[in-house]
Amino acid sequence: MKLHVEKPIFEHGAPGRSGASIPAPDVPAVDALSLIPAALRRAAPPHLPEVSEVEVVRHFTRLSQWNYAIDLGLYPLGSCTMKYNPKINEKVARLPGFAQLHPYQPESQIQGALELMWALERALCELGGFARATLQPAAGANGELAGLMMIRAYHHDRGRRPTKVLIPDSAHGTNAASAALNGFRIVPVKTGANGVLEPDAIAKECDDDLAAIMVTNPSTLGLFEENVDAIAELVHRAGGLVYMDGANFNALMGKVRPGETGVDVMHLNLHKTFTTPHGGGGPGSGPVAVQEALVPFLPAPTVERDGDRFRLDYAREKSVGRLRSFFGNFGMHVRAYTYIREMGAAGLSLATEMAVLNANYIRARLAAAYPVAFNHPCMHEVVLSDKKLKKETGVQTLDVAKRLMDYGFHPPTIYFPLIAPGALMIEPTETETLETLDEFCDAMLAIAAEAAADPAMVKSAPHTLGIRRLDETRAARKPRLRWSADRGGDDDNGGGTPTV
Amino acid sequence: MRYIPHTPDDVARMLRACGAASVEELFAGVPKRLRLARPLALPPALSEPELAAHLGDLAARNVVPTGRANSRGNGEALAFLGAGVHRHLAPAAQDLLLLRAEFYTSYTPYQPEISQGTLQATFEFQTIVAELFGLDVANASLYDGASAAAEAALMARRATGRPRVVVSAGLHPEYRACCDAYLRGLAPDGSLVTVVPVDASGATDLKALDRALSGDVACVIAQSPNFFGVIEDLEAVAKRARAHGAMSIGACAEPVALGLIRAPGEADCDIAIGEGLGLCGHTSLGGPGVGLFATRSAHVRSMPGRLVGETVDAEGRRGYVLTLATREQHIRREKATSNICTNQGLMALAFTINACLLGRRGLRELAEANLAIAEYAKARLTKIPGYALRFSGPTFNEFALRVRGGDAARVVQTLAVRGVVPGVSVGRFDASLRDTLLIGVSELHRKADIDQLAAALAEFQP
Repeated sequence: MKLHVEKPIFEHGAPGRSGASIPAPDVPAVDALSLIPAALRRAAPPHLPEVSEVEVVRHFTRLSQWNYAIDLGLYPLGSCTMKYNPKINEKVARLPGFAQLHPYQPESQIQGALELMWALERALCELGGFARATLQPAAGANGELAGLMMIRAYHHDRGRRPTKVLIPDSAHGTNAASAALNGFRIVPVKTGANGVLEPDAIAKECDDDLAAIMVTNPSTLGLFEENVDAIAELVHRAGGLVYMDGANFNALMGKVRPGETGVDVMHLNLHKTFTTPHGGGGPGSGPVAVQEALVPFLPAPTVERDGDRFRLDYAREKSVGRLRSFFGNFGMHVRAYTYIREMGAAGLSLATEMAVLNANYIRARLAAAYPVAFNHPCMHEVVLSDKKLKKETGVQTLDVAKRLMDYGFHPPTIYFPLIAPGALMIEPTETETLETLDEFCDAMLAIAAEAAADPAMVKSAPHTLGIRRLDETRAARKPRLRWSADRGGDDDNGGGTPTV
Repeated sequence: MRYIPHTPDDVARMLRACGAASVEELFAGVPKRLRLARPLALPPALSEPELAAHLGDLAARNVVPTGRANSRGNGEALAFLGAGVHRHLAPAAQDLLLLRAEFYTSYTPYQPEISQGTLQATFEFQTIVAELFGLDVANASLYDGASAAAEAALMARRATGRPRVVVSAGLHPEYRACCDAYLRGLAPDGSLVTVVPVDASGATDLKALDRALSGDVACVIAQSPNFFGVIEDLEAVAKRARAHGAMSIGACAEPVALGLIRAPGEADCDIAIGEGLGLCGHTSLGGPGVGLFATRSAHVRSMPGRLVGETVDAEGRRGYVLTLATREQHIRREKATSNICTNQGLMALAFTINACLLGRRGLRELAEANLAIAEYAKARLTKIPGYALRFSGPTFNEFALRVRGGDAARVVQTLAVRGVVPGVSVGRFDASLRDTLLIGVSELHRKADIDQLAAALAEFQP
């Protein structure tokens, strides 16, 4: 079926039309004009659409058809862990006893919710090897911010003011931004020749001014940081702490407890490892787990257990405060907890094993055509490159990514990590079948063959989607960030309503 | 394990392809000394029926706050809770559209050609938020209202080059706490946040604001309707901020009010932030919600968060992409101005769907219904001996009530046992207001619900 070209919702409907169903108040009518002084009243009503429910439903259903999704096929975005999102998660998260809760209900009315949060915290601490965790951060980057706040508070509490945070060149970009937001100075450290961090490179930076090192393990190259314990020892000796970005925790469940490798603080992404849906870019959830020494600094409130009662503890004198309102993305806590309870210890370990097997299988099938960036055993993801293809055909990573769409696959993460030129970062996850992996590898190899035979065709992909490559330069040069009536159909803003 | 498809044959074939004798061998890169030598100590795995029963049990141990007058006793309560989370109507069409797997199982739209659905919906969200706030441009959403307030403060610091932030005591206390936490790392020697009290009307005390303003203030943050439900004169705040070269940030935790009250943009604010959770269908103990963020065109390049822009494809067809990403951390790393990586995509979609269903007329009708019910409640409750309005300013759908006996927490505790949650005790945020109960209503309350609340408050004996 051909995709319907769907106009913006603002170009649908007619004046006076509405899709609302609002109960008529059974209280005496009031005169808004007399209750709200003129200076506080809305001057011009917002230009919202005027559409019926049918128009709204068709509009968003048609829009949805323009999206790729895990439920349609493989979505091998490296470092994003696009695994299947179990349907039972969605069902239980919608139980009124979870979905309708208000954050300021009395504690006696939310005992089940508090117990769930408490049990999820215990499970995450067991998986990671930590004393306590906060579920408050709304996403991974919010978790990093929380972790660095705790590290800062820890040092200050000891009367120290170190300013330096070491960040490997393979780290997620958010790491550096999170450190800068805490007033830290960022010192980049280089990964060694085989793609992992070398203690010698770190030792040079281990002085009095060292606040922390931020390590992603496995790294964004999909490699296990095998020297993490030696590095932690160096950092600890200098008085610093070790932060671990746990975005890639899907490679470690039941295999390694980072808290036992010298890590002091780690965030996890419930929307990656623990199957909460990505929703087109959120909501995420980024709990942070810590060692005993950092417990006093956890964001408040924490959930505490007294016998068979659960309560919120706000009276935490040394707490770093709040990362967001309320208790975090509770709806995501429900889904992650559900997943962990379904999988159990053996299931989670098996998930890690099969995730690593799937990545290695892709590596084995594709490394000849797309040489690996670093020749080292990979974990849950593999970083390939366009080195050979580009040299032989001129076709590059971006072209391969776009052509993959014609084959029905979402492309991998591309051009990241930055230290691997022309990177194709592939993370299949454990939920994919061998048949799907084979179809994907066949497509990758077919594209390599096409690149040799007809490079122009690959360079102008995609060809089958109803839309071709989009002009991103133009979007940034002449930003149109909202709909306006006077689009005019020409190249420019058309004047009138500001479109920025 | 139903989510892991590997048969023993599959594993054997794949290992052969990898040249490995066992799965264990694939973990050779992980030194033995760092391995966990025991099984994880987690509760036993559950089948789907067991899982449904277990989660059902946990859910049943919560009280659902959506009950109606005289329909209690089955795990429900009749609740009057707002305070930043205002539950509104949630049309069936909204949740069923959210369950389109093409929306909820997709990721951040890095590849625009196969993410046009998310991108166009986000573009529409940006337009709706900008319209609601009366400003030029909105981002693709932030985590929530509190972190949006903190991000706005950071943005004002960047834009003005000034360090300090002034917040009204009428700003939601958790938003203020979030600003405090975000700014603490940038202020090695003490807080950068000054709090200005509210006056007897419940609005920001403008004289105190004048005293708090100086040449090192980056911005003033005030909320309307504010935390006490009072509709504030944001224009007066913005004017004072501007006179000192500071930016003004208008907060709104209840976008439905914007159907009736002056929008931050109309009041000359430079930035508007808000929380859209009340229109997202599920309140989920306060999260996930959706942080709203809008500003003027001139400031777009210092705005945090993702942005979707319109462009064309190779054949000139209209399409959408993520844009102005050079502002973001993934390009400039340590030079980044914000560590925001994602948005609240699905909640932004939920908000958009509900806003479209309401439409121009529906938003106004909804706002009027809320106002009418709140006015009825105000009149009804203040007739009860021992209860009086705490502040004199105009309100929308929430108001602060001084309670009989002077201990609002006790009122909540006593009535909750009987299945009525009369509001939020403000003492949990500010000990000097322990006599104050914050009562929130919406179009979902009926006259009988208010009457039942009135009866319960009348019966309450301190």
